[in-house]
Amino acid sequence: MVNLTIDQKRICAEEGSSILEAAKANGIYIPTLCYLKELNEVGACRVCLVEIEGQEQLSASCNTIVAEGMVVKTNSKKVLDARRTNVELILSEHNVSCTSCVRSGNCSLQKVAKELNITDEVFEKDFDAFRWDSSAPLVRDASKCIKCMRCINICDKVQSLGVWDLNGTGNRTKLEVRGGSAFKDINCALCGQCITHCPVGALSARDDTKKVLNAIADPDKTVIIQVAPAVRAAWGDAVGLDSKLATEKRMVAAIKTLGADYVFDTNFSADLTIMEEGSELIEHIKEGRKGPMFTSCCPGWVRFLKLEYPDMVNMLSTAKSPQQMFGAVAKSYYAQILGIEPEKIFCVSIMPCSAKKYECDVKEVNDASSKDVDVVLTTRELGRLLGGIDCAALEEQDFDQPLGIGTGAAVIFGATGGVMEAALRSAYFLLTGKNPDADAFSELRGLNKWKEASFTINDLKLKIAIASGLGNARALIEAIRKGEAQYDFVEIMACPGGCAGGGGQPICDGFELAGERGERLYTLDKNNPMRFSHENPAVLALYKDYLETPLSHKAHELLHTEQEKWTL
Amino acid sequence: MSRQEIIRMTGCEKSVTDLYKVLATRGVVAPVSNCPVEQSSAFVKLCLSQSCGKCVPCRVGLKQIASIIDRILDGKGKAEDLDTLKSLANTIKDSADCAIGFGAAEALLRNIENFRKDFESHITHDRCTASFIPVPCKASCPAHVDIPRYVALVKEGRYADAVRTIRFDNPFPAACALICEHPCEAACRRNMIDASVNIRGIKRMAVEMAGKVDAPACMPSTGKRIAVVGGGPSGLTAAYYLQLMGHKVTVFEQRKQLGGMMRYGIPRYRLPESFLDEDINNVLSTGVEVKLEAKITGDCYEDMKKEYDCIYLAIGAHNAKTLGIEGEDAENVISAVELLCAIGDNEKPDFKGKRVVIVGGGNVAMDCTRTAQRLGASSVQCIYRRRREDMTALPEEIEGAIAETCEIVSLMAPVRVEKDAEGKVAALIVAPQIPGSYEGGRPKPVRADAPEMRIECDIIIAAIGQAIDSAEFAAKGLPVKRESLAAGKGCFIAEGVFAGGDCASGPSTVIRAVEAGKTAAANIDEYLGYKHVLPRDIEIPYAPAAPMEASGRINFKERAAFDRKYDFDIMEQNMTKQECEQECSRCLRCDCRGFGAFRGGKGQTW
Repeated sequence: MVNLTIDQKRICAEEGSSILEAAKANGIYIPTLCYLKELNEVGACRVCLVEIEGQEQLSASCNTIVAEGMVVKTNSKKVLDARRTNVELILSEHNVSCTSCVRSGNCSLQKVAKELNITDEVFEKDFDAFRWDSSAPLVRDASKCIKCMRCINICDKVQSLGVWDLNGTGNRTKLEVRGGSAFKDINCALCGQCITHCPVGALSARDDTKKVLNAIADPDKTVIIQVAPAVRAAWGDAVGLDSKLATEKRMVAAIKTLGADYVFDTNFSADLTIMEEGSELIEHIKEGRKGPMFTSCCPGWVRFLKLEYPDMVNMLSTAKSPQQMFGAVAKSYYAQILGIEPEKIFCVSIMPCSAKKYECDVKEVNDASSKDVDVVLTTRELGRLLGGIDCAALEEQDFDQPLGIGTGAAVIFGATGGVMEAALRSAYFLLTGKNPDADAFSELRGLNKWKEASFTINDLKLKIAIASGLGNARALIEAIRKGEAQYDFVEIMACPGGCAGGGGQPICDGFELAGERGERLYTLDKNNPMRFSHENPAVLALYKDYLETPLSHKAHELLHTEQEKWTL
Repeated sequence: MSRQEIIRMTGCEKSVTDLYKVLATRGVVAPVSNCPVEQSSAFVKLCLSQSCGKCVPCRVGLKQIASIIDRILDGKGKAEDLDTLKSLANTIKDSADCAIGFGAAEALLRNIENFRKDFESHITHDRCTASFIPVPCKASCPAHVDIPRYVALVKEGRYADAVRTIRFDNPFPAACALICEHPCEAACRRNMIDASVNIRGIKRMAVEMAGKVDAPACMPSTGKRIAVVGGGPSGLTAAYYLQLMGHKVTVFEQRKQLGGMMRYGIPRYRLPESFLDEDINNVLSTGVEVKLEAKITGDCYEDMKKEYDCIYLAIGAHNAKTLGIEGEDAENVISAVELLCAIGDNEKPDFKGKRVVIVGGGNVAMDCTRTAQRLGASSVQCIYRRRREDMTALPEEIEGAIAETCEIVSLMAPVRVEKDAEGKVAALIVAPQIPGSYEGGRPKPVRADAPEMRIECDIIIAAIGQAIDSAEFAAKGLPVKRESLAAGKGCFIAEGVFAGGDCASGPSTVIRAVEAGKTAAANIDEYLGYKHVLPRDIEIPYAPAAPMEASGRINFKERAAFDRKYDFDIMEQNMTKQECEQECSRCLRCDCRGFGAFRGGKGQTW
């Protein structure tokens, strides 16, 4: 431990910690902007400056390590003046359009400027032009970029894709798609981690809210909304509701204020996915097929595999993601129940994800209509649509039926390891004819980068692995390719922590909330009286009335896809 | 009111002069990797700020150039801009009334030509081809030694780790601690504050304090056999890294001992044997096999190709170039190579009471000059046909020679050797020169309107360059260009054969030879179907903020000339611990600060 003084307070800090972290641990606030713990401690914005006694130059507290006897001032006039000027300089390169910016009210630059009492723009404005293909699911507005380098580092260090880079030097340094490529030509998984780690509104997911509002207003359309598991764990952050009030049922009530015809639950189709994927897995193992079967629910991961390891795409489960299964069922089975043409149904999904916007646009994924899922909104867009609603005041409501029924096994799809756990619960049943303890596979939970386990169910040996975050996924794949690791079934989620930490989730700068949000999902699982996908009555009815059995011809037609054929 | 006044520099003038001094220091460390178009823009504006404003080409032309360049930088360049720029610059060059205008235009034209691709990239794609170099010392070291990190290790007293860190990229830390030309120091960002860090000095501290540092273990054997021809810095570097990668290396050396020009070219007072042997022993400790006095002829080379999986040719440049003047065949006309080579094997000729004349202006000429002095010559003169400032020898070498009472006779070209009755050297006839117009960056010597002069002497040493013994390899079909083995940038020269070092580049420095050896090692490994990455397993100390106030650089001290000029003992003295500590703390740690905090960790492997 190291003893130092910050703002006349004697503190004890861990050796090797930064001044910033030491201050934080002792309740002393230092504003930051470019800082991203362990990923972007580059000292670029010069906002977290502090004064160290005996040093003329100010130091960036994010990458200056504490030393014994150090005396630090975080609020001297010299510090505040430098901080303010630096923020004023940053503002000169930032297209300040707060009122129409998606990050208004949740912008780190706005926050810092306010804290520093900046009331005037003193320097001449000079920002990059906003030029972007508006059809891309991910939008980069260069006019708002403050070149904090966070997107570069999150993509490099966490997702291992290196989509973003710098070009040029000096004042004309630009942040751009690596090598100056067009965005559509780069190997971006569309995971959206750069969006959720952008301190300002430079990176965002394409806004599709108007399309939804138009459909709801269209009397010829029956609008069906599905809500992904992880959305319920995070939507409160998007509408400013604390976790106690931001219940699953209040979320349903909030969504119902939008005026759609039905609000259903993607948990329903997550259970359906388990039926198909679980059956496929058992087939896969019994037939002794080579290599592992990979989960296919995450379109960021599917894109990653297609872009980086195209020769392994055939190892993905052919089961569609819950989102696409839902769309296919809504526009076939449910259209039939409603007695309307599939094309009259407008299917909206609310997802914690930016890559889902891509997935629903993949031509080859549609089997029930020309577009099984019409529009994907992120949790953040949901929050924006609910901007004028006093959510706290809403009475809780249930999902509509029958596609609003989901089990506990489905809700944990939103956390890393959840798909695997749900699949194993049902695989156990399929192999033994009886249910395991619902928590039998709970060792698969948690945020470890790379988890593995072995199980023997009825003499069937099963070795599985789980990874979240594409850098971890790459390490796992490389190990498989080198023959250093062998598995039967592998779950991969593109975002660290799974969908709970998804690129479409509400942004709380400085906090990695995947773990906390995942915990909420596990609580929902625990409190659900149904914890096995194969016991979902709505799913069983669907098979009975429409699909016959898992992997049936009809099921194949509607619920499976060949990812190899997907256009990128 | 007086008719005339004594004019002193005003405060403003002094301030501007200071500004230019700062500019010059920034020029020394010019970030060559930065956008050349940006730099051109800044340069033109600086020139424009110096214009008096009288003449059109300079006043208006330079301004127009600046705005065209800025337009290009703003991504609004037009296809014809480059031609416009060139023709405009040509007009300024041809029609400006003074150097302020045409000097600027000339420099600019060269820049446009050299960086044509960068200009075009800005014009056609609005993209810059430059990328900032975070750690200038490391980037400008040909071997890319991780300098800030070993400096940090020395500062912490972790000398052995510092030596290990150097050896990740250069197996000759001890030799380079004494004789490296340290291009790293020229690029050191500390030059912007006061002067570069004495990097070589810190390296010497590391090797002297570390004691014996064992080489790492070799990777598992690949069973591949590699022949290295030439036991100099390049050959031994390749041998070291290839052996560490798990290959089996045999070095063939034509002389009695290993070391190449480090032993047979550099005199002991600069590089004592103990330092050289320390590095060589470390290389050999990895299990490299050595065959001494094994000259590889064309026929051996053919056999070698069959016997080994790969060959690295690093035969150096050991042939002497001749003066090409009348009387050169006189007895006692010898070459620098002959002299230094004999001394390398401890066969010292006796120059006692002899008058010695050295011809040449490079570092080898200085080595011969100072060696002749140490061999007891009664007088030593170094004849050079250009000016002293045009000599390619390091200034400190020239100063050192002069301090040791050698004479530098500049602007004198050798004309013929006069023999005595026995056919021995009697005198060198030289012709005075004046510096003429520039050629290749230096003024060409031109015969002066003055009579020839006669320098009486007993021994003449020709130190005018070395040639490469490449004929036998050329005969076997290897491509040769002006005697040099014409290997590519990756040292590849023919199927299964790589070449590098002096024999490919022409005579150069040790660190350049190391660079070639490293490059060859990596590419040979790849050629054999591997991608070995040698581990870099040393934790690097944290970089606290470096003091920004100017502080004096600690230079090397040498033994006094009167004391050192009679022996071959080491001349240069090591820094004290106190001095070394101060030098280490002057390092700005560019690997962790500035752009290094963002991209400093990249490019660690090779």
